[in-house]
Amino acid sequence: MTDVTFIDHTGEARTVSGTAGMTLMEVAIKHQVPGIDAECGGACSCATCHVYVEPEWMEAVGQPASMEEDMLDFAFDVRPNSRLSCQIKISDALNDLRVHTPARQS
Amino acid sequence: MTEHNEAVIKTDALIIGAGPVGLFAVFELGLLDIKAHLIDILPKIGGQCAELYPEKPIYDIPGFPVVTGQQLVDNLLQQIEPFHPEFHLGEMVVSVARHESEQGVLFHIETDAGTRFEAKTVLVAAGGGSFQPKKPPIPDIDSYENTSVFYAVRQMESLRDHHVLIVGGGDSALDWALNLQSVAARVTLMHRRDEFRAAPHSVAKMRELVAEGKMDLLFGQVTGLEGANGQLTAAKCKGMDQAAFRVPCDRMLPFFGLTMKLGPIAEWGLNLHENLIPVDTEKFETSTPGIFAIGDINTYPGKLKLILSGFHEAALAAQKAHRYIYPDKRLLFQYTTSSTSLQKKLGVNG
Ligand SMILES: Cc1cc2nc3c(=O)[nH]c(=O)nc-3n(C[C@H](O)[C@H](O)[C@H](O)COP(=O)(O)OP(=O)(O)OC[C@H]3O[C@@H](n4cnc5c(N)ncnc54)[C@H](O)[C@@H]3O)c2cc1C
Ligand code: FES
Repeated sequence: MTDVTFIDHTGEARTVSGTAGMTLMEVAIKHQVPGIDAECGGACSCATCHVYVEPEWMEAVGQPASMEEDMLDFAFDVRPNSRLSCQIKISDALNDLRVHTPARQS
Repeated sequence: MTEHNEAVIKTDALIIGAGPVGLFAVFELGLLDIKAHLIDILPKIGGQCAELYPEKPIYDIPGFPVVTGQQLVDNLLQQIEPFHPEFHLGEMVVSVARHESEQGVLFHIETDAGTRFEAKTVLVAAGGGSFQPKKPPIPDIDSYENTSVFYAVRQMESLRDHHVLIVGGGDSALDWALNLQSVAARVTLMHRRDEFRAAPHSVAKMRELVAEGKMDLLFGQVTGLEGANGQLTAAKCKGMDQAAFRVPCDRMLPFFGLTMKLGPIAEWGLNLHENLIPVDTEKFETSTPGIFAIGDINTYPGKLKLILSGFHEAALAAQKAHRYIYPDKRLLFQYTTSSTSLQKKLGVNG
């Protein structure tokens, strides 16, 4: 199991776990973590699963692929540490990953 | 709506939503001689399948080991062709009202474009709700909406001689930047990066206009608005280097794609449960007799939000709709394989 922590815009943190291979979005939806809408169910076509990766995790998580970078155009307040959580696969290397969710996805 | 630009369109059945379930309802109604019109706020047919995942494979449509979202929509369109459904796209249904008259019950339906319908029965196949533009979470943006901030352009003329700030990097942003460039006093396009997902020829054209000094291109994101009483005077922005700057403008058009919102459905007097319409599982009828709800928009014990469930719901709703439209006709159960009368309707027999 891989633990991941979602911190919402008010600062409340929720730590939940998933199995390697799941996407970060799927872990959030499975545990009903607020702040992730995922309207398109992971098809990289809605940008409502936007998260900010904590700086120390950015290298481990990596950079968005070009399709995801395009979709980020439809997210709000995009920052250098912005990612779409449906495009991040969790693994042992991401155990204890911390990401922040925006105030509003859409 | 005060604008009544056209005569009332009369139809047996009015289907709200042209997603896969609304489309298949045309087929099931058509077999029972019920003619349908469909309305969708999207400019294209196919609901979620066409808007959210046209190229993704679906594996659980019975009889199709794999089919993409768009292929399914194209196949459905081909399947319902014999019934000549009429589509009204780019219009949102705003009101549905039930009227009892001497001829029986009739429903009056109106769209935000002022198109009016009179239908004997209504099928709400509204899925996750209307696809509507996303509204950026900029403080106070509400107070500028529809006076200075617009999410769609209905008439280019309304922007003549204005200083227009267009935000976004997709096709909508680029298309409007190009179209408005000759109408507005000045067009400024703002995008978060120097790469555009829009069609390459639009991007090339835009860069040409920028090079000729005919429009401006800036990189950054809007963080706040300046103005008073709904009249915008400037947008506060930050660049990708976080440096703050401002862009004087009196109109802003943000284009951040679409999201599904329940929309006006809540105002039609139907019982709702957590933004879904409860129905029975025999006829899929709502709390208002004559109005059905099928597909993702409905709820009942055991509901699965699957396309195949929506197809089943459409078939059963059509049976009950038949009783409203042809109260004196008995309905015979028939197979399309063997019934000559059904085959005639499908245009496959003589
Ligand atoms: C990424 C993804 C993958 C999926 N994969 C599968 C799968 O493998 N198998 C499966 O069975 N299902 C799948 N689904 C679910 C499936 O797409 C839905 O169940 C299906 O689209 C529901 O069809 P519908 O016709 O009820 O509604 P929708 O497809 O949501 O269409 C409803 C339409 O109604 C319109 N509308 C709503 N209100 C109004 C109004 N007031 N005025 C005008 N128009 C209005 C909307 O704009 C929309 O176009 C998937 C969904 C997603 C997002
Ligand atoms: S869930 Fe839609 S883009 Fe991630």
